[in-house]
Amino acid sequence: MDNMIEIRWHGRGGQGAKTASLLLADAAFNTGKYIQGFPEYGPERMGAPITAYNRISTSPIRIHSNIYEPDYVVVVDDSLLESVPVTNGLKETGAILINTTKTAEELKPLLNGYKGKIYTIDARKVSQEALGKYFPNTPMLAAIVKVSNIMTEQEFLNDMKGSFQHKFAKKPEVIEGNMKALELALKEVKLIN
Amino acid sequence: MSIRERLSGNEASAIAMKQINPDVVAAFPITPSTEIPQYFSTFVSNGKVDTEFIAVESEHSAMSACIGAEAAGARAMTATSSNGLALMWEMIYIASSCRLPIVMPLVNRTLSGPLNIHNDHSDAMGIRDAGWIMLFSENNQEAYDNLIMAHRIAEHKEVCLPLAVCQDGFITSHSIENIELIEDEKAKEFIGTYHPEHSLLNAKEPIAVGPMDLQAYYFEHKYQQAEAMRNAKKVILEVAKDFEKLTGRKYGLLEEYKLADAEIAIVCMNSTAGTTKDVVDSLREQGIKAGLLKLRVFRPFPAEEIAKALQNVKAVAVLDKAESLNACGGPLFTDVTSGMYVNHVKVPTVNYIYGLGGRDTTAKDILGVYTDLQEIVKTGKVNNPYRYFGLKRGEK
Repeated sequence: MDNMIEIRWHGRGGQGAKTASLLLADAAFNTGKYIQGFPEYGPERMGAPITAYNRISTSPIRIHSNIYEPDYVVVVDDSLLESVPVTNGLKETGAILINTTKTAEELKPLLNGYKGKIYTIDARKVSQEALGKYFPNTPMLAAIVKVSNIMTEQEFLNDMKGSFQHKFAKKPEVIEGNMKALELALKEVKLIN
Repeated sequence: MSIRERLSGNEASAIAMKQINPDVVAAFPITPSTEIPQYFSTFVSNGKVDTEFIAVESEHSAMSACIGAEAAGARAMTATSSNGLALMWEMIYIASSCRLPIVMPLVNRTLSGPLNIHNDHSDAMGIRDAGWIMLFSENNQEAYDNLIMAHRIAEHKEVCLPLAVCQDGFITSHSIENIELIEDEKAKEFIGTYHPEHSLLNAKEPIAVGPMDLQAYYFEHKYQQAEAMRNAKKVILEVAKDFEKLTGRKYGLLEEYKLADAEIAIVCMNSTAGTTKDVVDSLREQGIKAGLLKLRVFRPFPAEEIAKALQNVKAVAVLDKAESLNACGGPLFTDVTSGMYVNHVKVPTVNYIYGLGGRDTTAKDILGVYTDLQEIVKTGKVNNPYRYFGLKRGEK
């Protein structure tokens, strides 16, 4: 079980955190891994806090519970930092990835003394630049792949191109923008502590 | 070569139904099984199956339509959860007493009330005495495999009983996981076609289905149902043997995990078994002889096999994801202990009610159960056999 990576996503309903967790599972599956991708279902409403999970492993995954001690946490909306204890159980050997424009000094008081690595990305800027709209999940997906290093950037980009071609078969005009969002995000994500 | 895929439990069930290609599917949506008929209806629209899909107005009608179709000689399926099953209840008994081998994925969700959409086994336990064969599935793979085997069991001429394939709502129904699918042609060949011995559309042999049956023969007909359920055990094993030849995946009435030399054992069903296997492995690494007995087949109840599997352990915990509210243990516990008693196996056995209404079941919870069992072995005492875990107590 030591080879298993556990990831917990925090987002708001409508931002695509669940979709991002499923896309990550897909991408890892396509590189030969065993995967789980599942959201925690509740009374879903636009804007309400939601949680989704990923397990990625080189051996079959048998455990069926939520994730309490993740290796990585992804925060898709930084307004959650004030209301959701996102660093609960997060391993200090791991990292937290936050979609924000805040600085390390501004973030630290919001992370309940978390001593591990903190990565940030301005997913709004990336999304606006690449897609002309605010869809934070695509850049966050690329950013967590880079931070967690579960596959190479090239493997990831190749796989996502295939997924987008399948997913957007009826509107191919959005494929280029989504690929650009991934590529930009891989460059923009940065370690801030 | 099998097909490596990643699917949710609901997707896997819908794909099994596509390979079964039943004559009739009648369904009404209810969380968390809604996706099964939803995905299946797209196969109908896209011409991937030639099923007559009946979008009925309630689950009572869904089961009624399946009964009508099966009585006519067709292969009929539906899928449901929770209160959808509750609304079918009257017809559930009619299906089994008419000896109609309807197959139904049952995505387990707690039965209201209070109103709750999440997983436990209270829906399934409501039909445990209804004359349905009931298979439980640890994950998406088992939900799929059980469905592929289902018709061969249900339609066998010594059985002729309806069959439900259970899996845990959300926990496996909505989790994307790896799975090995059987190629369409091989799956279809394994499942075979349905040739009922008697049916309403057989003009050469006019029959009545579901007539009044009073003192003269009602009892004998119930006995025949009971005999059919007893016969099902053998048929389930025969079908499993063929399935193993096809896929390499081995199924029995139950699965013993590191039980042969175990001193402490947990008995449970569905997704909790996977979590328990991880805990067993970690305990074994510390030299603690822990084991698991997972029930795949809950009806017919493999009492003798369970007793035999548990005869050498020193303490047993039976986990029930349903509260019988009878002040003396959950449904799995009472069945397991009765099976042990009748087969002269006397091992200290305790019951835990857990996971009701979707309360998450963690590895830590399971570890706590094994720790309690070690204490029972050490002291030789069972203070209270009726226990809970994951329950908030002493909090205002």
